Amino acid sequence: MRGAKSAKWVAGAAVIALAATACGGSDSSDEGKKSTSGQPAGYVSIDVGEPQKPLMPADTNESNGSYVIQSLFTQLLDFDDKGEIVLTNAESVESEDSKTWTVKLKAGWKFHNGEAVTAQSYIDAWNWYANIENKQQNAFWFSDIAGYADVHPEKGAPKSKEMSGLKAVDDTTFTIELAEKVPYFNYKLGYATFAPLPKVFYDDPKAFGQKPIGNGPYTFEKWTHKKLIQVKAWDEYQGPNKAANKGIQFKNYSTVEAAYSDVISGNLDMIRQVGPRDLPKYKTDLGDGAIEQPYAAIQTLVPAFYNATFKDIDPKVLQGLSMGIDRDTITKTVLNNTRTPATSFTPPQVKGNQQLESDFLKYDPVKAKALIKEGGGVPENKFTIQYNADGGHKEWVTAVCESIRNATGVDCVGDAKPDFPTDLEARDNNQVKGMYRGGWVADYPVNVNFLKELYHSKAESNNGRFADKEIDELMAKGDKADSLEESVAAYQEVEKALVEKMPAIPLWYYRINGGHGKNVDNVKVDFHGDLELTGVTTK
Amino acid sequence: MGRYVARRLLQMIPVFLGSTLLVFLMMYALPGDPVRALAGEQHVDASQIAALKAQYGLDQPIWQQYLNYLGNLFQGDLGVQIGTQRPVAEVISDAYPITVRLAIFAFVFTVVAGISLGIVAGLKAESLRDRGLLGLTLVLISMPSFVLGFLVQYLFAFQLGIAKPNVSLEPTSTELIMPAIVLASLSLAYVARLTRTSVAENMRADYMRTAVAKGLPRRRVIGVHLMRNSLIPVVTFLGTDIGALMGGAIVTEGIFNIKGVGSLVFEALGKREGATVVGVVTLLVVVYLICSLLVDLLYAVLDPRIRYA
Repeated sequence: MRGAKSAKWVAGAAVIALAATACGGSDSSDEGKKSTSGQPAGYVSIDVGEPQKPLMPADTNESNGSYVIQSLFTQLLDFDDKGEIVLTNAESVESEDSKTWTVKLKAGWKFHNGEAVTAQSYIDAWNWYANIENKQQNAFWFSDIAGYADVHPEKGAPKSKEMSGLKAVDDTTFTIELAEKVPYFNYKLGYATFAPLPKVFYDDPKAFGQKPIGNGPYTFEKWTHKKLIQVKAWDEYQGPNKAANKGIQFKNYSTVEAAYSDVISGNLDMIRQVGPRDLPKYKTDLGDGAIEQPYAAIQTLVPAFYNATFKDIDPKVLQGLSMGIDRDTITKTVLNNTRTPATSFTPPQVKGNQQLESDFLKYDPVKAKALIKEGGGVPENKFTIQYNADGGHKEWVTAVCESIRNATGVDCVGDAKPDFPTDLEARDNNQVKGMYRGGWVADYPVNVNFLKELYHSKAESNNGRFADKEIDELMAKGDKADSLEESVAAYQEVEKALVEKMPAIPLWYYRINGGHGKNVDNVKVDFHGDLELTGVTTK
Repeated sequence: MGRYVARRLLQMIPVFLGSTLLVFLMMYALPGDPVRALAGEQHVDASQIAALKAQYGLDQPIWQQYLNYLGNLFQGDLGVQIGTQRPVAEVISDAYPITVRLAIFAFVFTVVAGISLGIVAGLKAESLRDRGLLGLTLVLISMPSFVLGFLVQYLFAFQLGIAKPNVSLEPTSTELIMPAIVLASLSLAYVARLTRTSVAENMRADYMRTAVAKGLPRRRVIGVHLMRNSLIPVVTFLGTDIGALMGGAIVTEGIFNIKGVGSLVFEALGKREGATVVGVVTLLVVVYLICSLLVDLLYAVLDPRIRYA
């Protein structure tokens, strides 16, 4: 074998490879003059990444997937930016005793394939979602309904395929009977999980998850995995949130920085969250396009009440620690103004939020020290805060610890878990050594969502294992109420009692710091911090 | 030669098995349950987690899982992602083409620019242009790729406006040039330095003097006599570099928003998608193995004294 010859061959192969890949090199120059480059005219684009799961309403609870689900499906009702109910597919949702609810649907609604949306579309879908055999992530959302245990038993196969609580009265009316009173049940119905399904779904749920057919403002167009999901405005949509644009492109970005640079250069219309690198300058870059708005979510420090440090701790100590945190300074400096200091256990956007006027949420080193001493101090005078290192929490956890140490002399260190799965596992298995960082975004805009789901002794998301009889009883009172107002008021009492028990230390409420480019207008934020896409217009 | 290749190919099998087993065990040793992690801070009931685990065979002992994986692998089945429920083979084949293109671009750039710079400097060692090159490569070696990436992006996309900051959905070749250069810059610097040293050394070799004394044209002296001997260490480096280019582009891919293998593995690791990680790593192992075989074969081409029987 002659060397020179084969070296030539190798060089030749490289040239061929280059030429072959260069074939796609001609730039398509059909960019409209005004529209954002690379998308059909009238469409708007947003940096929503690949959904975690196939597109099924009851199997999606993360933000990427739910953006797409909400564009394709419309459930009975929705909320405006103030958290008030807006009826969408439902004509009315009413109950006299908060146990049996009657739903009347608006007539004439259709799925994208022309099938009518009937009471049965809802009942069948809910029964399917709740069935344990279908392994839907959000199945527990249906657990209020009578007969849930039959379709979703704790062990073994389901006894029935239908929940006894769901009954169709006629084509557009059905009743929901709950196992127990839930005065705020109609608010839960606003969660995207309660969307109806067309009949074709049951033929092949798997295929449906890749190419869903809904009843929402947009119809499904295409899904290029890990890159793009495209939906088109649906002319026949009759809801109040009819699309003002021609369609949406959900584009996947590997980093927020990459998405941001595309907004600046006009390749992307909207960004949901500006990354830390660009936060200091995004308002000058985007001008009117910069979005800064609070939404219904809270960050807390949750003591794990089973560990050596916080077992049988005097609430006074926790109140003292809370007073040792300089929320104002930390939100302004470390968090770049992306949070608002908390003044209660619930964010202002939810029904029943109240100003607690409690000193325990204000920074006061002198009182903090005194309270901790009064309560007997923290065992060994130190504790840890567990967080996941992949979520950008390190900076503020360090700052909070610093603040507590300076103010009270109690030593505090971060306990980093490499990523979210590891962090969750430690919480689930009661392995948190001190406190952990808690976060909660509203599922529905009522204070109950932030109190019962986190601090009831039997609540599934109560990972600190806080248990208090008095609180449970107060909550039971709120659940037995006949009207929403009574229930919300009862839960306000719960919140007041919680300050004395300190099941968690509220830190701050979230703010969305996003933005949009020059080609779009009317970008608004809903109560749980999502950009409202139907109202966005192109210029 | 044929026997040598066959033997090398056979040796790949234990390496392949060993490396998949290792990655498999590592994934298993990581804390964090992929099924539970799907739900985030929300709650999922235990019965449902158990059902999902059974569906994906995650409730079986690790050795059983590994055997199942191997069994499926030999039938061409790489498994299914837990979250997206898509076949891993499909996920990988979505991500691979762009990474291969990027790697080829970067590789060609490394070879062409690196070797020519090295020769230019090495022919006149200790001269001003040699010093200049050493300085330049020092800068490239010491600069982290994310700094260089953002710098290039800022300069060409935002200041000069001659390029887009990110590659588009179906990237054209021109769009890939910028990320490829960033990706290649580090190995480019190494290649240039290796070539330079090796050329500078060989310039003083006896056979060079002989070749010049024979009155051979300068092109032939440098192109054949000098290059063949100087390229051996460079080729070794380039061989392993291909593997690195294929797998290690996470930072560059992130900056220019390229949906390649780097980001795929990174994401899959965070979500504990064992099947995806093992699948990609297995492929990378194969790439490494083939590259090192090619390097060994190229030695024989470059230095005829090396013969494989």
